Amino acid sequence: MEELYEILEDIIPGEDYKNSTALVDDDILTSFELVRLVTEIDSTFDISIPSSEIVPDNFNSAETIWALIERLGGAG
Amino acid sequence: MKFSEVRRLAASIGTGIAALQSPGSPVAVFMEKSVLMAVSLLGVSYGGCSYCPVDVAMPEARMDRILSVLEPAAVLTSGSMGARAREACGDCPVLLVEDLAARPADEALLASLRARIKSSDPLYILFTSGSTGMPKGVVGTHQTVLNNLEWLASRFDLGPDDVLGNQAPLHFVVADHDLYCPLKFGCSSFFIPAGYFSFPAKLIPLLNQHRVTTVFWVPFALGTIASFRALDEILPEFLRYVFFVGEVMPVRQLNYWREHVPSAHYINLYGSTEMYMCCYYEVDREYAETDTLPIGGPCGGTGILVLDEMDREILPGMAETGELCIRGFAVGPGYYRDPEQTARKFIQNPLEPAAREMIYRTGDLVRYGTDGLLEFCGRADYQIKHLGYRIELGEIEAAAGKVPEISSCACVYDQKKQRILFFYDGTETDRKTISSSLSQQLPRYMLPSRYVYLDPLPRNASGKIDRKFLQEQYEKNIKSC
Repeated sequence: MEELYEILEDIIPGEDYKNSTALVDDDILTSFELVRLVTEIDSTFDISIPSSEIVPDNFNSAETIWALIERLGGAG
Repeated sequence: MKFSEVRRLAASIGTGIAALQSPGSPVAVFMEKSVLMAVSLLGVSYGGCSYCPVDVAMPEARMDRILSVLEPAAVLTSGSMGARAREACGDCPVLLVEDLAARPADEALLASLRARIKSSDPLYILFTSGSTGMPKGVVGTHQTVLNNLEWLASRFDLGPDDVLGNQAPLHFVVADHDLYCPLKFGCSSFFIPAGYFSFPAKLIPLLNQHRVTTVFWVPFALGTIASFRALDEILPEFLRYVFFVGEVMPVRQLNYWREHVPSAHYINLYGSTEMYMCCYYEVDREYAETDTLPIGGPCGGTGILVLDEMDREILPGMAETGELCIRGFAVGPGYYRDPEQTARKFIQNPLEPAAREMIYRTGDLVRYGTDGLLEFCGRADYQIKHLGYRIELGEIEAAAGKVPEISSCACVYDQKKQRILFFYDGTETDRKTISSSLSQQLPRYMLPSRYVYLDPLPRNASGKIDRKFLQEQYEKNIKSC
């Protein structure tokens, strides 16, 4: 999870990722940040997020992003 | 909305605009992107005025600067935006589009206005980033748009069965295609909600649901779909024309699209607000990822000149790089109420000093490839294309002048990571202090990604900040705050 926080912090520094639950809905993560985020997650956790999983609900909080990584087998 | 309804509403709105009795004056259109906004732009034109679509998301300070230059005859807005529009525009009359649309049209009045309009009259004023900190109003004429439509008609078989999937905001010149192609070709435009562009798994089904055949998109929008490999799972079934415009299209992403949707035509459009679309290249072969995709040759009604530093012409076959200059119908009249900038960029053709002919100096550096097609090589100044937006780095630097801790600053662009880097000296301060000040003056897409304190900033022999050195230092992983 710490690795994910580091990635998020690198892409948009200064956000409260531990408590934010509307990263997409509040426009904190826009298309540009999402592209970078997905690329970074894919390479860091050695997974490939299918586009069908790139939906707002999966990216609204660090927790939901982490759950997605776990589901795709990248957290262990 | 059917054409008959568009016509009826635009005529009613036009009648209300004509009542201002300010023919030729600009009217600011302050609305969320919607079909009603598109109809409002047409309505302003029907009423004999030029329209200026204003980005409702821009910070108040920037809007104030734009309205102070524009001095509109009125602000046209819709119910939900009325209060903000009144606050922003001071003494200027505020018209509610719902009120105008409900009134009957005066067809005789509109016909008389139409008869008076010349093709060289302003159709719109679009504001773009300005290097001095003041956004520039670029005037587009009826002729510019008509010429482009004629060229599209001569080259592509758009027709009533086509559906355009609009991506660009209506204050961008690219959106003119989505506004005016329906009037020329009888096709329809579907305005795609902006949120869909982040999530291709939702976007592609939406394109299919609306049977979208044609897109005029910035490469970033196409690139997001390629980056997420969304076409591996679902294809845009009806797509046949993919026009990309506004920045350089990465070949890797283009190849992904061509591999998955091989039946579509891919057209690299080159243009800017000042000259609309003036060059194009229809991709007709494979390109390697290291290749440069050409911008091709001129669209109809447009001429090009490539000039070296001494204003000598560079011709195909010469391996030199020069500045691309545009001539012909694509060249607009210049910047609104800015004779100084206009005189700098819109100049007499130096190759034809005896015959009056204005050309537009694009600031884009190009060269002819061995195939005779033009290739884009970069900028002669500090203008960048970032996420499809055109940005003068000088405007960001000027906005930073309001942060008391900063003595001097410079922005450079990290093309590889697509980041705006902000270097400053003075008193070291935290990122939030700078970014919150900038965000009060600049749209979000202009905010830097990295803030780096470096005191004093390096300067070259002439005393100017050494941007090249800053770029190199950044690449060596300088510590950022």
